[in-house]
Amino acid sequence: MRKKIGDLIEEVDRRTGLHTGLRKFLYEEIPASSGWHQVFGSIALFLILIQFFTGIMLAFNYAPTPGDAYSSLRYILTEVTAGRLMRGLHHWGASMMIVIVVLHMVQVFLWGAYKKPREGTWIVGVILLLLTLAYGLTGYLLPWDNRAYWGTVVTTQIGATVPVMGQYVSRLLASTGDIGVVTFARFYGLHVLLLPPATLLLVAFHVFLVRRHGVAPVPGDEAKAKKSFFPEQVFKDTVAVFIAFAILFVMAVVVRVPLERMADPTDTSYIPRPEWYFLFLFQMLKVFSGPLEVVGTVVLPTIAILALILTPFIDRSRVVRLRQRTLAFGVVVLAALGWGGLTLAAVKSTPPQTAASSIDFSGPTQWMQLSPAEMAGVSWYRQENCASCHNVIGDTPKSGPNLVNTARRHDADWMMAHFKAPATVTPGSTMAPVNLSDAQLKDMLALMVKLTPDNAEVVDSAPAFATAGAVIFEKNSCGTCHSVNGVGGKIGPALNGLDNRRSEAWVIEHFQNPQKMSPKTPMPPYKFPDPDMQNEVSYLLTLPDKAPTQ
Amino acid sequence: MTNPTTTDSNGGEFLNTTRRTFHLAAIYVLGALISLAMAIPTAVYLLVPPKGRKQSGFIDAGDISQLKPGEPIELNFQQERLDGWRLETEKKTAWVVKGADNKVVAFGPQCTHLGCAYHWEAGMNLFLCPCHGSDFALDGKVLAGPAPRPLDRYVTRIENNRLQIGELKQSAPQA
Repeated sequence: MRKKIGDLIEEVDRRTGLHTGLRKFLYEEIPASSGWHQVFGSIALFLILIQFFTGIMLAFNYAPTPGDAYSSLRYILTEVTAGRLMRGLHHWGASMMIVIVVLHMVQVFLWGAYKKPREGTWIVGVILLLLTLAYGLTGYLLPWDNRAYWGTVVTTQIGATVPVMGQYVSRLLASTGDIGVVTFARFYGLHVLLLPPATLLLVAFHVFLVRRHGVAPVPGDEAKAKKSFFPEQVFKDTVAVFIAFAILFVMAVVVRVPLERMADPTDTSYIPRPEWYFLFLFQMLKVFSGPLEVVGTVVLPTIAILALILTPFIDRSRVVRLRQRTLAFGVVVLAALGWGGLTLAAVKSTPPQTAASSIDFSGPTQWMQLSPAEMAGVSWYRQENCASCHNVIGDTPKSGPNLVNTARRHDADWMMAHFKAPATVTPGSTMAPVNLSDAQLKDMLALMVKLTPDNAEVVDSAPAFATAGAVIFEKNSCGTCHSVNGVGGKIGPALNGLDNRRSEAWVIEHFQNPQKMSPKTPMPPYKFPDPDMQNEVSYLLTLPDKAPTQ
Repeated sequence: MTNPTTTDSNGGEFLNTTRRTFHLAAIYVLGALISLAMAIPTAVYLLVPPKGRKQSGFIDAGDISQLKPGEPIELNFQQERLDGWRLETEKKTAWVVKGADNKVVAFGPQCTHLGCAYHWEAGMNLFLCPCHGSDFALDGKVLAGPAPRPLDRYVTRIENNRLQIGELKQSAPQA
């Protein structure tokens, strides 16, 4: 049997040369000093494969047009089994790629492996780094949520400030004026059609050059016998790849990548922030403002890229031992400090996300459908710790009955009586009376009537700002004049879709001084103290665009 | 081609072989683990049907208080259909018949042969498919032609004289 397989391999090899080629590749001789420090290139190559694969998988369920892009990604995250994992792998794989590519460069730089005759390998590597950043930039827009949209607005506007070239960059990315469907098509085309084949070609060339010149030796290698790439170095590479993969997989499972509200070009209150690896550039622009802006947007990045490309020509000295490369160490430490400092400053100076923009739209959003009374009921439900004795979802046995469908079995009077004095309507009940006012109990009743097995998760998923906002809404009887989700008066405007009409600042101002903002309104001023005002406004701005139809 | 038989300074041929075996085993095991960790989620991702949101069971198709026994009418109604990430509203049709026993039946609008739209021929008192000449009786049974089974029926219920239509059930082949 073994002999037959051997014969078959030989026959195939005679016609294709595959086996000989593979052996030649694997048994390549490498310097005696090779080892664990050279695993990063293999990890980067592995991550490219992961990104290609997960990217194709996502494309199987993704519609690349604005609007549909968002709903199809939401579909992947909420309805396709393992969809969240695929997206997680692709998202965190991108971040990990940046980390690994930078580590790869640092290693090559410190060991002086870019020196003659390996200048070409280094330059192709720098171009690959730029491609990696281009993936990050173009992929950022593809979820088409607010984060994607506003992040891209900032990036393209930075591109537009480049003297002379700027307007052509804008035209090329179709981002003159507004980001729209054409911009999206360009970004998608770049991300999935242009960049991957370019990457493949350059990676092939990069690996070819590594093979052509051999793995860079260090002083002293000449005296020692060469090693074979396979299996020892392949083993080290495989272990490193496995560790990287394990970290990536755990991140994809554990760290949830949120999906924000669908891209809304009118939402001017949104605070854009770029991906973490672009934060330092973002921060640098704050240092150079006004006429100096061009220094931050063009001059410094260009100098940095040129310096990287020219590194092998600037440093033409002979290869020396790692310990003697003090200057190289200095450069790496300075670069790391500069990058780290700018990133840290950016993280610290970015204002926290507003409650409204931090909602994960790939999570449960049923709570958005509740009326203010029902939502306030959630607040009382939590305050009174109902969940310590009652279930609404799940079936871990608790002392009290499951509350879903309770209202179907009993009328409102029975429920109110039961809230106030449980034992009078249910003899033998050990439940303590619910210590709330009549108005508050009515909210609770409204929630109980609303609960079904399908929406019961609202008692867990409704964010605290929304329940707090609803409590204020109820306390001030806002529903007398305004309707929310189809419930309430018609004297004032319906509040659904408020976020499309007004900014956060406008709404706050309007609460404090209604007549200033809309001169003839009969609405009285409400000067809520913080955090009430913040909660109230966030609640109103996260209402669905349209009242749900029943 | 032969394997290069390098011997390190402190190890003989034997040590070299065990090291090599360990390295090979580790490469295959770790490689297999990574492949499995990708292959299983991928199979699940591609093969498990998406969860899908619940769709309302019955759609109001219209008033049937004027419906006379033995006189089928064509009712149009709107149905929401979940297509991946889209909720499509489709126009649907049903042929509604009140039988002699006053029971109301709603037939799917397509001939069970090849899916052509049939119609009611009042003069001949039968449903006639124009494509290949299948004829169906008032109760949906095949009277003539190539149709393999009676007309498909919708699940229905009646509330306050209004017909509500549920899913279309394929009929059993006619004996």
